[in-house]
This record gives sequence, structure tokens and C-alpha cells, in this order.
Amino acid sequence: MKALVTVMPKPSVLDPQGAAAAQAIRHHGLEKIGRVRIGKVIEIELPEAADEKLLHEIARDLLSNPVIEDYCLKVLP
Amino acid sequence: MKFAVLRFPGSNCDQDCVHALSAMPGASADYVWHKDTSLAGFDAVVIPGGFSYGDYLRCGAIARFSPIMKSVKDFAASGGPVIGICNGFQILCESGLLPGALVRNRGLHFVCKHVGLRVERNDSRFTNAAASGRILNIPIAHGEGCYFADDDTLEGLNADGQILLRYCDTQGRVSEDANPNGSRENIAGIRSKSGNVFGLMPHPERACDPLLGSTDGLAIFESMIGE
Repeated sequence: MKALVTVMPKPSVLDPQGAAAAQAIRHHGLEKIGRVRIGKVIEIELPEAADEKLLHEIARDLLSNPVIEDYCLKVLP
Repeated sequence: MKFAVLRFPGSNCDQDCVHALSAMPGASADYVWHKDTSLAGFDAVVIPGGFSYGDYLRCGAIARFSPIMKSVKDFAASGGPVIGICNGFQILCESGLLPGALVRNRGLHFVCKHVGLRVERNDSRFTNAAASGRILNIPIAHGEGCYFADDDTLEGLNADGQILLRYCDTQGRVSEDANPNGSRENIAGIRSKSGNVFGLMPHPERACDPLLGSTDGLAIFESMIGE
């Protein structure tokens, strides 16, 4: 099993990396794009079924910072 | 006043802090390893700059869970003065001892230069040796120093007089041009509501010797020692 935690900057937080990437994407010919946001994906290997409540706590308190980021947790078989 | 200078794996301004503080009258300083759990015998805590845990995950995110941080929280809760410089400021925000967060600089570059800092108020344990409105010349050196807080938090910081330092030009004007990293409202340093926890991105310990081009950093430490 695997847990995938996706962490994204909150819409209200400045994301200069995303803005720079958006500019580069436009230079590559895809001009009609909206905002680009850059986050990260954290993959956790789970040898056995894990307590999902604990996974959420870890995603919220360690893997993301709720002041600036939102997270999304997915547990895959 | 005896300062505890914390050391995490990746701290790199710890020696500068001990060097600067040890040279000041009325002060002494010693290192405290992040795995220690006691601050007994110390009167103040310095969380120095650097790249604790290689800045992995987020700056300060892992250091926040080091054993010594539990003692720092207790120390702060009992009214003890805590100052976090650069990475130390990031750790204080991550640990919830200060509001807001520090994110990637607006220009994406690591910025290393002397900046002007306007002392917003001097009725604090960290700025009382500087006149209000005085401009301090202190260097910054960071890639993630853009202070972010939501509108409500920002309103609270202003209403409660928690903003102690703002980036300014040589005339003391707080302008976009004088903002090196995109921080909201040019914020360079804030204190906690209780007043005894202070975080700032600039490095006062690098401005304590005329050889280094400025001695304005002394005002911060003198304020703490004079308390």
C-alpha cells in the first residue's frame, strides 16, 4: 500500500515558482493558460494498513503547513 | 544574562551568535544541542540562522519537532525571552510560537545584502535600546524570507503592536522598492502577543563589529540584556 500526500500552496499565497513556470510554458507555445501553481507529492510506502486518522495528522502537522498550504491524502492499494 | 544558543544539524550562525554575545558586557552565551531537553540556568534563548535539517520539507518544519523545542515552548510560556534569527524565525513560525509563515522570496533569488530596517516601536524587550523610527543597517541572507500572514492575522499584528521591524530605504521610507523579498507590509520582524518571543529575518549577530560594516545589530542584543 501507498499513501500519496499532495501539498499545494493556498491560493492566497504568492507562488513565484509557479509564476516563473507559467512564463516558461507560454514561451513554449502554450500561451492560453491560467495560473500555474507548484506543490509537491510525498509518497509513503505502507507495509500494512495504516490508521488513516494518524496519516491525516501527519499530513496536516508535519508534511504541510496549514498557514500557507493545503494537503490532499490518498491511500492506494 | 546567559544566552542559550540552540544548535540543530545544519545551523550555521550559532558560532556568530555566541561570538557576538560573548563580547557584550553583561552577557555570556553557550551552545545547547537540539537533542538536549533542558534550558535550566539560561536567561534567554537564541535560535540561530542556518539550514536546519537541510531545509527539507519546509524551512524549520523538522527542527520544530526536535526535543529542545518542547523546553523552548515551556520557557516562552513562562515569560522567558526567545529570539529567532532567519532560520530561527522560520522555526518559531513553524512551531506556532509566532503567527504567519516565511515563503520563497518573491524574486526567487537568495538575497544576501545589507538592508535598512525601521524600528516601528521601541517599547519592546528587543528594541528598547533603539529609538523608535531609527533605521538599522543589518544584513539579510535568505531564500525563503517572504513573510506571509492572512489579512486577519495581519490586522491583529498591527492592532497589537507586534510588528517591530520593517524593511525601509535609507530615508526610512517603507516602500516596495525597499522590500527585498516580497514580505507583506515589508515585515522584517515580529514579536508574539505576549511580547517575549521575537523573530526576524535579518542577522543582528552579523552587525556587531565595525569590521563587518555595521554595529547596528548591537541594539537588538543590548535591548535584551538591558531588560
